[in-house]
Amino acid sequence: MFLQQLFNGVMLGSTYALIAISFTLLMGVLNMLNFAIGEVFMLGAIFGLTFVKLGLSLYLAFFLAIICTGCACLVIERFSFRPLRHAPPLVPLLSTIGFSILFQNTAENLWGSERSQFPQWMEPIDFHVGPLLIPSTQLIIFAAAVFLMVGLDLFIQRTRIGRGMRAVAENIETASILGVDSNLIISTTFLVSGALAGASGILFGLSFSIVSPFMGMEPGIKGIAAMIVGGMGNIRGAIVGGLMIGIIEVLSVGYLGAPAKDFAVYGALFLALVIRPQGILGMIHPERERI
Amino acid sequence: MSVYHLDLLSALGINILLALSVYSPMATGQLSLGNAGFMAIGAYVSAILTVHLHLPLFPSLVTGGVIAGIFGILVGFPALRLRGVFLAMATLGFGEIVRNFFMNFLGRVTGAAYGFRGIGDTPISILWIWSWVIFFLIFFFFLSRSRLGLTMLATHDDDTVSELIGINIVRLKIGAFGLGAFVAGVAGGLHAHYYLYTEPEFFNVWKSIHMVLFVIMGGMLTFWGGVFGAGVFTLLPEFLRFLHDWRGAFFGVMIIGIMIARPYGLLTREILQFDFWLPGQRKRRL
Repeated sequence: MFLQQLFNGVMLGSTYALIAISFTLLMGVLNMLNFAIGEVFMLGAIFGLTFVKLGLSLYLAFFLAIICTGCACLVIERFSFRPLRHAPPLVPLLSTIGFSILFQNTAENLWGSERSQFPQWMEPIDFHVGPLLIPSTQLIIFAAAVFLMVGLDLFIQRTRIGRGMRAVAENIETASILGVDSNLIISTTFLVSGALAGASGILFGLSFSIVSPFMGMEPGIKGIAAMIVGGMGNIRGAIVGGLMIGIIEVLSVGYLGAPAKDFAVYGALFLALVIRPQGILGMIHPERERI
Repeated sequence: MSVYHLDLLSALGINILLALSVYSPMATGQLSLGNAGFMAIGAYVSAILTVHLHLPLFPSLVTGGVIAGIFGILVGFPALRLRGVFLAMATLGFGEIVRNFFMNFLGRVTGAAYGFRGIGDTPISILWIWSWVIFFLIFFFFLSRSRLGLTMLATHDDDTVSELIGINIVRLKIGAFGLGAFVAGVAGGLHAHYYLYTEPEFFNVWKSIHMVLFVIMGGMLTFWGGVFGAGVFTLLPEFLRFLHDWRGAFFGVMIIGIMIARPYGLLTREILQFDFWLPGQRKRRL
């Protein structure tokens, strides 16, 4: 029973981890919180569903949808960050709340406010591993999440653009002087962050069978919570934080009942901020490794 | 005045109070995204007092505000270590905890998720709301002119320097947080007794975000900014009814546009000064 709960927690947590990474990328590179990520997550699921309904295969729909959400984040960058780079740090945050309202309202008007869900996309098979019940769909979704995280980590550690992102994260001016095209790097960061948020939206829609214009708010806030619990601006921290939030949520529902869920999650957020504001992994490398 | 205008005026009054409740901690450089939680505490405490303990309205409102203020001070202590986004998220977590509390507990007294029905028989008069608004406006006006107001301003601009010149920023910041929570609690009590009904969903994250938007849009450097922002946000939707379902989208675009055009908000300290309007002075902008 406990193992099963833990497994379900890890499954849920992998979605939160992806959202947390897309927050943490911008936090690490630009030190800015993009509040609209929750709505970009929602757009990912809605675009994916629309493409699937148009008759595209799920994989093509996934690919097209994450390109669309990446572009949505580019628009956010153009209007909420580039003109406001020298404004007080809270102003871009408020501006992205504007995008949040805009996206949610537009999605509601264009797609309607009812919940819908993805059609069945594969024959479900249940694996029994010891006491564990593992649905094949969950396994594929989890594998996709892990693939995205590993891919992103390699992208940041190994590629030229990834190196540029780490340089801009250290110091924008110095990076520019040393020949890094910081505008290009920042745009790429937004693109990647939007694509990740969209991808996690589709995976969330596939595994929980809910797609609606209002689905983004709660996972968005939990993604921020995961980022903070794990350590701000650190990708590995975001993964750990996401898994922790997922496990805390599932375990508290399982052992304390549904009302305890949000208490446990937000309580963990509050405690993490009060006791250890730098997060769990933030303490290992306090200054080094911004992303 | 018709019922419609009365409703609009009372919503305006409550929103002005909420804007002031966000302005107070923000004046010392603290962003609170959890003021809906303080509002909920004020609403529920005062409603329990009038409905179940049959207390008169005024002491109930004040008690609701004071209890919200005590929670504000309790949240203010850990908040001292946090800044910017961290503080916003901690207070957001607090607000959600409060909402979940009223959603799941005290069901027999408050109806939990079904909502708290039957708060009194007739709505309180709009004078109740506006006398509180006028009281707090006068209070904040004198506060902004006082020495205390100046120290708050100094702390907002740079708390390290303020500490160096001998301002007790711990007391100042916690006090500002508690004052904001008190105002939010009173606003919550007025809201519950005007609509004769309250429910946990009134106090979700969007409520807190709206209050912050009043202040940031209106101008975060003077309390008139919050008042102005509350006015714009309450009255503008009424003029935008022709947009129907697209009002939200328009609002989003408006927020983005205002932030680009005037990152410090619509009203700034300079605009409120007389010499700003004299010819040749316009360059000095903030």
